[in-house]
Amino acid sequence: MINPPVDERYNDGVVRQFALMTVVWGIVGMAVGVLIAAQLYWPTLFEGIAWLSYGRLRPLHTNAVIFAFGGCALMGTSLYVVQRTCHVRLFSDRLASFVFWGWQAVIVSAAVTLPLGFTQGKEYAELEWPIDILITLVWLSYAAVFFGTLLRRRVAHIYVANWFYASFIVAVALLHVVNNLALPVGWFKSYSVYTGAVDAMAQWWYGHNAVGFFLTAGFLGMMYYFVPKQAGRPVYSYRLSIVHFWALIAIYMWAGPHHLQYTALPDWAQSLGMVFSLVLLAPSWGGAINGVMTLSGVWHKLRTDPIIKFLVVALSFYMIATFEGPMMSIKTVNSLSHYTDWTVGHVHAGALGWVAMISLGSLYAMWPRLLGLKQMWSERLIDAHFWLHTLGVVFYIASMWIAGVMQGLMWRATNADGTLSYSFVESLAATYPYYLIRLFGGLLVLAGMGLMAWNVWQTWRSARTTEDPAVLPVATAH
Amino acid sequence: MSNGWSWYVIALVVLNLAGCVWLLWWTGKRRPGDPAPEDTSHYWDGDLTEYNKPMPRWWLGLFYLSIVFSVGYLVYYPGLGNWVGSSGWTSPREHNVDKAQNDTRIAATFAPYAQVSLPELARDPAALRLGQAIFANQCAACHGADARGARGFPDLTDAIWHWGGKPEDVLASVADGRQAMMPALASALGGEQGIAETIAYVQSLSGQKVDAALAAAGAPRFAVCAACHGADGKGNALLGAPDLSDTYWLYGGDTASIRETLEKGRSGQMPAHAQALGAARARVVAAWVYSRSQPQAQP
Repeated sequence: MINPPVDERYNDGVVRQFALMTVVWGIVGMAVGVLIAAQLYWPTLFEGIAWLSYGRLRPLHTNAVIFAFGGCALMGTSLYVVQRTCHVRLFSDRLASFVFWGWQAVIVSAAVTLPLGFTQGKEYAELEWPIDILITLVWLSYAAVFFGTLLRRRVAHIYVANWFYASFIVAVALLHVVNNLALPVGWFKSYSVYTGAVDAMAQWWYGHNAVGFFLTAGFLGMMYYFVPKQAGRPVYSYRLSIVHFWALIAIYMWAGPHHLQYTALPDWAQSLGMVFSLVLLAPSWGGAINGVMTLSGVWHKLRTDPIIKFLVVALSFYMIATFEGPMMSIKTVNSLSHYTDWTVGHVHAGALGWVAMISLGSLYAMWPRLLGLKQMWSERLIDAHFWLHTLGVVFYIASMWIAGVMQGLMWRATNADGTLSYSFVESLAATYPYYLIRLFGGLLVLAGMGLMAWNVWQTWRSARTTEDPAVLPVATAH
Repeated sequence: MSNGWSWYVIALVVLNLAGCVWLLWWTGKRRPGDPAPEDTSHYWDGDLTEYNKPMPRWWLGLFYLSIVFSVGYLVYYPGLGNWVGSSGWTSPREHNVDKAQNDTRIAATFAPYAQVSLPELARDPAALRLGQAIFANQCAACHGADARGARGFPDLTDAIWHWGGKPEDVLASVADGRQAMMPALASALGGEQGIAETIAYVQSLSGQKVDAALAAAGAPRFAVCAACHGADGKGNALLGAPDLSDTYWLYGGDTASIRETLEKGRSGQMPAHAQALGAARARVVAAWVYSRSQPQAQP
């Protein structure tokens, strides 16, 4: 039974804005990534130009890909998904518009202040306090738009994708405010209210949950809408989504201390960080199982639909990264892997493999619908993008795995007489070839983004309409 | 931590793990009236819907297994607040045991060299191998892996020694460190003109082509420098004052570099290593450094 149509349209304008900026910031963030990868291979590149130095561009890269590219992808898709699955227009057009422009202002402020050297010195929370306040305002507005829309929904049940988006929005607000509490001493300088090991713990409680809620829960929300939608199949198991959702958000909160193994953090906190990271494996995989098993019955689409390829390979990298993470949190493994490029490889298995690929697949699925079309301008370009991206990620993480394990082994190697076998610079010299391979992988990924920009541009040109589509009536049963 | 905080931590951990077990048990069982695994009762956005299939058994097993492991780990190791763990393990203890083992190994390795003279060590291939390993880890950051130095950090492979090249001098440099102090002399040299003249004279000492008249005017000004570098500019190893008549320049021999040296002074710091390395290891690495400037001694 289908309910009578309602006289209301979705707000797709703000979704289009976010989707467009996802592509733009993706190219910018990944280009900066390629640049700093080149600096690691040619250390004297831009020597003497302070604002192009590695130490300033690295936080620019991480902020651009996580909060600009990832943030726009999450905000854009969440506002798209929450309207479709609640069968209602966004709660407030003006607030939604503020969220878009406010978030762009945050990104531009970051792009200006980070190269100028203004930083709080906290990884992934580098931005100084005036920008932090702007982030808080934008985020609260985003929460108001999302939850306001949820409250106005025309269906009784809240779709699973919205649970994940909701937890991501609530947790990031909490993390951002608590970790950035600081005493300003000028417009561009502040001191954290925490000291010593407590500061480190607050930072990595934030840092790991930025991974857990921003880069995992949020993108799982994306997965739960676009995978079943693109596959045309029901989500595999409702009860599995319940278990892995609650377990995931409860357990993630504990895992931060595994970033501080063998440091001044008390032993008990280190143990808990490791133990809960191991318990996190099953809840993490729960989402991947639910995504992958949703495709049972339509596996043949993997041969023909490049969007399904993006989504399935994203889930595969998600499984790899969420298996690798708990393993790396085991203290014995961590004593080898910590501070090496293995960590960098692990992060990019998650960031390029999972986060970027699920976003790109979702964007390719969403773009035509935002423009009143059936599909993108070129399916073959999507396929080419998929292969460029996948190859790039494989080159990237394989080279960093090898480099990381090699570094860890070289640093701990001692001669029979008790002296160290290698000096630090020898391990650096041995890493050089892998830095070149990583740079090549990064270039492939960036080239893929270029294809996407071209494809989006051509799709937009052939758009029949950018008029907001009518809200779909609720179907109570089929 | 206080008892209150300890119980707070324990309660949170237990609540979280027990909560997971309860969640697994509660959602895992089927109740009468539950929809069949392939029933799809709710629809969103037209065609979005959900099956309610049972959770994979291997996945449930994995989840339970990780919780069982956690309980065992938290009994054996510290983690539950003030509970120290049945193993008695602590990270300082692990570190101290490892360090004691390695210290014993190192002491045994270097003991035979404690009383051997540097020239003898410089002919002993085993000692030189050890010395090179220490140099790579302790000294190479400044002096380079090949010991050829860099601007501000002396080349250790040539015959030029600012603090003396005899075995006991090299050992003293390694063990106790050196503090070289070249004061800023702009006003003592008579300002801009005086500095230009002094630079010309200093450059003439090592045979660089200079304006002869300028160098001649600089000669009497060199009296200020002679206190450390000697009247003939040949330096003084007791003060670490370099010989200005050779062609080796620690901070550069071009006009701009010497001007900077005269106007701002220089401060050379070689840290002491006796504490960090211990006497025997300091002796072995000093022998390796010594051997670099004694080509005939190298095996």
